[in-house]
Amino acid sequence: MPAAPEPPPTPATTGAPAAGRPVDDSDLVPTRERLAAAVAEAPPEEEYGPVHDFATDFDHTDEAWVADPYPIWDELRETCPIAHTERYGGAWLPTRHADVSAIANDTENFTSRSVVVSRGRPPIELAPAGIAPPITSDPPFHAAARRLLLSVMSPKAVADLEPSTRAYCRELIAAMEGRDVVDAAVEYAQHIPVRVIANMLGLPESDGDRFRGFVHGILEGVSKPLEERVEVFLELFEYLTPQVEARQAEPRDDLISMLIASEIDGEPITPFHVTRTVALLLIAGIDTTWSAIGASIWHLADHPDDRERIVRDPALLPTAIEEFLRAYAPVTMARLVRDDFEYEGCPMKAEEWVLLSFPAANRDPEAFDRPDEVLIERAPNRHAAFGLGAHRCAGSHLARMEIRVALEEWLAAFPSFRLADPDAVRWSAGQVRGPRALAVEVS
Amino acid sequence: MRVRIDPEVCQGHGRCYALAPGVFTCDDEGYGEVIGDGTVAPGDEDAARLAVDSCPEYAITAE
Ligand code: HEM
Ligand code: SF4
Repeated sequence: MPAAPEPPPTPATTGAPAAGRPVDDSDLVPTRERLAAAVAEAPPEEEYGPVHDFATDFDHTDEAWVADPYPIWDELRETCPIAHTERYGGAWLPTRHADVSAIANDTENFTSRSVVVSRGRPPIELAPAGIAPPITSDPPFHAAARRLLLSVMSPKAVADLEPSTRAYCRELIAAMEGRDVVDAAVEYAQHIPVRVIANMLGLPESDGDRFRGFVHGILEGVSKPLEERVEVFLELFEYLTPQVEARQAEPRDDLISMLIASEIDGEPITPFHVTRTVALLLIAGIDTTWSAIGASIWHLADHPDDRERIVRDPALLPTAIEEFLRAYAPVTMARLVRDDFEYEGCPMKAEEWVLLSFPAANRDPEAFDRPDEVLIERAPNRHAAFGLGAHRCAGSHLARMEIRVALEEWLAAFPSFRLADPDAVRWSAGQVRGPRALAVEVS
Repeated sequence: MRVRIDPEVCQGHGRCYALAPGVFTCDDEGYGEVIGDGTVAPGDEDAARLAVDSCPEYAITAE
């Protein structure tokens, strides 16, 4: 993690191999010494207070944003559709659907080397794969790293996981037996993706708390000191490395073993690539889906009309889920500006962030009628909750199945429920937004 | 009515084959494909139109 990173090398200027063959990355595996050196080199922490002007000084971890980001985005879209901040070493925030889409599709000028805004920048040496392939990979390597995952997450593969997912949901609900108030985020939504992904990867379900700790540290701890963040990465790799090694020695019937056996361009991918992709699946699959399930339950708890309509006519559910994904899209991604570049009159500097707000794009009146209203029958619904362009969420079929099954089982068990205390609902801070405390009365 | 998916633009969101399963299907990686030559049976036209208008990547055209 160099302090003042050079712009990442692009395939065009470095003559990187066309399909991006696996590179020897064994000397890049994170160790305490390497990470300590990176922290020592990183720019000093800066203290920023609360935001007064989101157009010139936005911060996605600001209290006002965490509490209710929608009016902030709506105002920016009208007055300053590509906002800027000096925080995090410089970042831009487009709020129009057209700009979010254009930037997501422009992999020349915007690199995915890091997709989570923080004070530091990730090591350039890991390009073209990046720290968590394929989400941090750029073309041409990206397509190959992504293809490793697509068939195991295809609609057909996902259908096979539905019965076990349903069984988990029922188990979680059975454990609530006899209670009047339950926390739908803590006792229900958060467990479902953890169990599904642990099962796919072949990791023990009992490590669920550890997974959630990693995810929390990486996605929600963005304003924590770098030392603490680095510690989480280290723990994650220390946890995963022996899991990968055990399967190198003796393959099992799981996704980690399948990744170990996979090749790019006729060469096996490196164990460190496997570890980073597994880390991505843990990070990308848990907080996100938990948030989507939680936000849907939150909406239904607070909108009895919508809840009753779906209970009466369950065929409405898939359309309603798309609307919850649009209106409460949980995931904002980031890009780094590759080289100095002017976009729509904005002088973007190399290594500045662009916060790619799919949630703000989903509320753009140019793209959606009555964007602020949640209309569970909305169709068509061209929302961008799973991203746009080449990095479209590889887990979207899995996520949609989990959300649907989770809601079907919840509504079957609790056809009537309401928020126990609307003021006690708490939302996560950072680039993944969802309820983290959601007490509901289910009696 | 006849539909076509531009494979350069399709990113496999899967809206088309979820919304109009009589018109679209998917390959092993989840990318959309038209069934047959893309000719839409009269009973499937509404579903096909909904799919066209729901594709997040604007990858489907109808004529
Ligand atoms: C509702 C739940 C989810 C949402 C809203 C969501 C959203 C997203 C978004 C917006 C991206 C695009 C990233 C970018 O453009 O930089 C993405 C990528 C990705 N997601 Fe998801 N995700 C969800 C669930 C999952 C699940 C369950 C998994 C798998 C376990 C997963 C795995 C991935 C992977 C591997 C990528 C990287 C794809 C690539 O770079 O080619 N996601 N996700
Ligand atoms: S909805 Fe669009 S992007 Fe998705 S599979 Fe169909 S054509 Fe492809």
